[in-house]
Amino acid sequence: MQASVIVFPGSNCDRDVAVCVEAAMGKAPLMAWHGDATLPKSDLIVLPGGFSYGDYLRCGSMAANSPIMREVVAQAEKGAAVLGICNGFQVLTECGLLPGVLMQNKGLNFVCRNTRLTVTNNKTAFTTQYMADEEIIVPVAHNEGNYFADDDTLKQLQDEDRIAFTYAAGDNPNGACLDIAGICDKAGRIVGMMPHPERRAETALGGEDGKRMFTGIVEALS
Amino acid sequence: MSKTDGHINDTEITDALVAEHGLTPDEFQMVCAHMGRTPNYTELGVFSVMWSEHCSYKSSRKWLKKLPVDGPQVIQGPGENAGVIDIGDGDAAVFKMESHNHPSFIEPYQGAATGVGGIMRDVFTMGARPVANLNALRFGQPDHAKTRHLVAGVVSGIGGYGNCMGVPTVGGEINFDPSYNGNILVNAMCVGVARTDKIFYAAATGIGSPVVYVGSKTGRDGIHGATMASAEFDDASEEKRPTVQVGDPFTEKLLLEACQELMASDAIIGIQDMGAAGLTSSSVEMADKGGVGIVLDLDKVPCRETHMTGYEMLLSESQERMLMVLKPGREPEAEAIFGRWGLDFAVIGELTDTGRMVVNHQGRTIADMPLGPLADGAPEYDRPHVPTPQAADFDSSLLANAPDMADALTTLMASSEIASRRWVYEQYDSMVMGDTLAGPGGDAALVRVHGTQKALAISTDVTPRYCFADPIEGGKQAVSEAYRNISATGATPLAITNCLNFGNPERAEIMGQFVGCLEGMGDAGRSLDFPVVSGNVSLYNETNGTGILPTPAIGGVGLLKQHDKAVGNRFTAEGQIIYLLGDTKGHLGASLYQRDILGNDSVFAPPPVNLDAEAAHGAVVREAIDKGLIAAAHDVSDGGLAVSLAEMAIGHNIGAEISAQGDTGFWFGEDQARYVLAVTLDNAAAFETLAGGLPLQKIGTTTGAELKFGDTVTISVKQLHDLNEGWFPALMQG
Repeated sequence: MQASVIVFPGSNCDRDVAVCVEAAMGKAPLMAWHGDATLPKSDLIVLPGGFSYGDYLRCGSMAANSPIMREVVAQAEKGAAVLGICNGFQVLTECGLLPGVLMQNKGLNFVCRNTRLTVTNNKTAFTTQYMADEEIIVPVAHNEGNYFADDDTLKQLQDEDRIAFTYAAGDNPNGACLDIAGICDKAGRIVGMMPHPERRAETALGGEDGKRMFTGIVEALS
Repeated sequence: MSKTDGHINDTEITDALVAEHGLTPDEFQMVCAHMGRTPNYTELGVFSVMWSEHCSYKSSRKWLKKLPVDGPQVIQGPGENAGVIDIGDGDAAVFKMESHNHPSFIEPYQGAATGVGGIMRDVFTMGARPVANLNALRFGQPDHAKTRHLVAGVVSGIGGYGNCMGVPTVGGEINFDPSYNGNILVNAMCVGVARTDKIFYAAATGIGSPVVYVGSKTGRDGIHGATMASAEFDDASEEKRPTVQVGDPFTEKLLLEACQELMASDAIIGIQDMGAAGLTSSSVEMADKGGVGIVLDLDKVPCRETHMTGYEMLLSESQERMLMVLKPGREPEAEAIFGRWGLDFAVIGELTDTGRMVVNHQGRTIADMPLGPLADGAPEYDRPHVPTPQAADFDSSLLANAPDMADALTTLMASSEIASRRWVYEQYDSMVMGDTLAGPGGDAALVRVHGTQKALAISTDVTPRYCFADPIEGGKQAVSEAYRNISATGATPLAITNCLNFGNPERAEIMGQFVGCLEGMGDAGRSLDFPVVSGNVSLYNETNGTGILPTPAIGGVGLLKQHDKAVGNRFTAEGQIIYLLGDTKGHLGASLYQRDILGNDSVFAPPPVNLDAEAAHGAVVREAIDKGLIAAAHDVSDGGLAVSLAEMAIGHNIGAEISAQGDTGFWFGEDQARYVLAVTLDNAAAFETLAGGLPLQKIGTTTGAELKFGDTVTISVKQLHDLNEGWFPALMQG
């Protein structure tokens, strides 16, 4: 199994997620540079959190147009599993692999804290090790995590069971529509989420709720 | 400043121009003597920043020399970009705290942001990867017209920079006091980790070695920032907004990664960030430390504005820039790395054997100055100082109309000093890098050394109202509280950095505060084996002649060899025995109770600090934690024992029945060298044996969801929690 973590200038969770991928897979992922026009064939591609290109334009929009993303999109269309976390989720919406947009938090401030999530779809490639509707704790850390889409798109996401995670009742940190914390594509192989599973993947960091995202995808791909 | 005809250096050097540059007539005469002639305009500008209080420490040096700076754990003490200590296994912790007070008052977002950016550069210049940021903030009274604006801007700026850099902000402290109404304090601390054999220093050596500029382009921002930081404020200070720098954390993130990549090779001889006084200070310091000379060609400096004069380039404080001296011939590989990260790279000069700094621009030599006097020639002042008068003991007749205990405790839990800082720290990314074991809200933050079992414990502390009432005891207390906060996690305190914020040193009573605080700090550092390895002095924190409370902030760093032994400061379960370690005399002088419950602002003596007790109690707490005997530990500080108990209860909504009895002084006195410890029944006997001979009192048991003090006072923990959490959001909503 080959895993790749894409590194954009300004990515800052690339090492954190690589640690989790390596722990789950037993092998370090390839750290792929944004400027490269080619990407070795990858079974798993992770777009990490951070501030790609400083987020000086709309978050994720510059990264979505970087050379490596053409490769990411091409491999995703051929079935590679793709996980976008935080800024990575923003990149996935900007490049069109996932619908909707991440707007500024309703509270207008950056928010970093643990959130209670409900695993609303445990059949995606990443969530099979969770029970249906299991409540887990995973932290968020973002300024633009307020998921928005038009009503038709939201209805489609619901009808196609493409909402992967929601914030538990009363714990929506950003005003996201339908309390959406993460969504997936139709096949359940591309997942974008604002919370950071890599930050809660060992007991020393408060819990292991996020770890099963990584062990789950490795199990699915092995 | 600029002239339309002729060169800027043709400007006549008048007394008024000298004064405008912040040099006294005597200092100007010294400059002329060193130069052997009258300096030209550019040279005057260079001398003025190098000899500013901010860069030269001319009022403070005499006293800083008395601080303890040595110890087997010290690899690099004060004098470099940051201090370095040994944390075992070939690892080093690199850290420093620095002020960005004046700019943050004028432009809170950018002022605070660039303060954070600057301190991180100081740390990664040394070869370390920054792993934790903290900040010690002081604002004016909560209901002052500017306070909300300043809090919102500073917090947003700190988050904006640190979050983007991907370095967790894990702790700090905030105080509110009217003395900061016109002069807030923003002190940023950064801790990094490096290998002991890969520490980089500023000293430049090797005649002919290339001097290289990397990072952002140079603009006109921040010119004379160091001079601004060396003068008092008045009502016109906001006109100085153009001297505040603008930060670009994205570029700094790239600069960090590029520097780390180049540092993995052996191409660098010396490296120095361009902070205060920019290109001038970095080049002077590097060349002077290496005992060489330097020639700079300003035509090569990457600029983002047109028609900049040499004077402006030399004094610009544009951010995210570094100066390096490379081994000759290694320029291409370095340029390739910086190019890959999209950063400017330019060879702008070389080292010479002249001992002089020569600056060329547009075909002429615009400055030619001896390096020694620039770096070290500023006069060292022994400014007149008068000791702070001995404060009277607390007047207990003030307690005649004191409220009952429950009212006092609920009021304190929702007071400006005790209230939860959640509104602030949730705006900081405290978890990025995946090694934050204990973030904001604990006694000390705990950050794992990546890939090891070790963790660094980090805390910032000072109690300015103590320092005002008695600078010597206040100085001791600041160091002692950092020592306690680190010990309470189980970590061994190793070394401190300090950020010394005071008023105008030209006033004898202010200088007396400075001298007193440093005396106390020195005593504590020696007694607790807690030396000072880096620091920063910020004087002239005055507006219209009113000084701030003396605020010598301490940043302490400790080491926990096995992070899984750490304990937190919250009760973890019911049925645990609660102990109070340390003597309680009931000192209410300079306490929060005096200020916020009695509403009394008389100057009374603060609690005295017994350094032997601090050392002994800290040692037994650490040993008990190491042996696994402690379930939770919390130091007793602001608000006294009652507040400590309430804080331990609200974390997990676990109450307690307190059997100990006492008066107001017992519950709210701020006697030092004390800890509240929760111990399971199984471990109680072993713990009591270990603490044998020390003042140890069993004061109660954890149980239920209420705090019960004897039979008379019962308070819901939930109520305490809600009061504690409610204050800050209510303040910011206005």
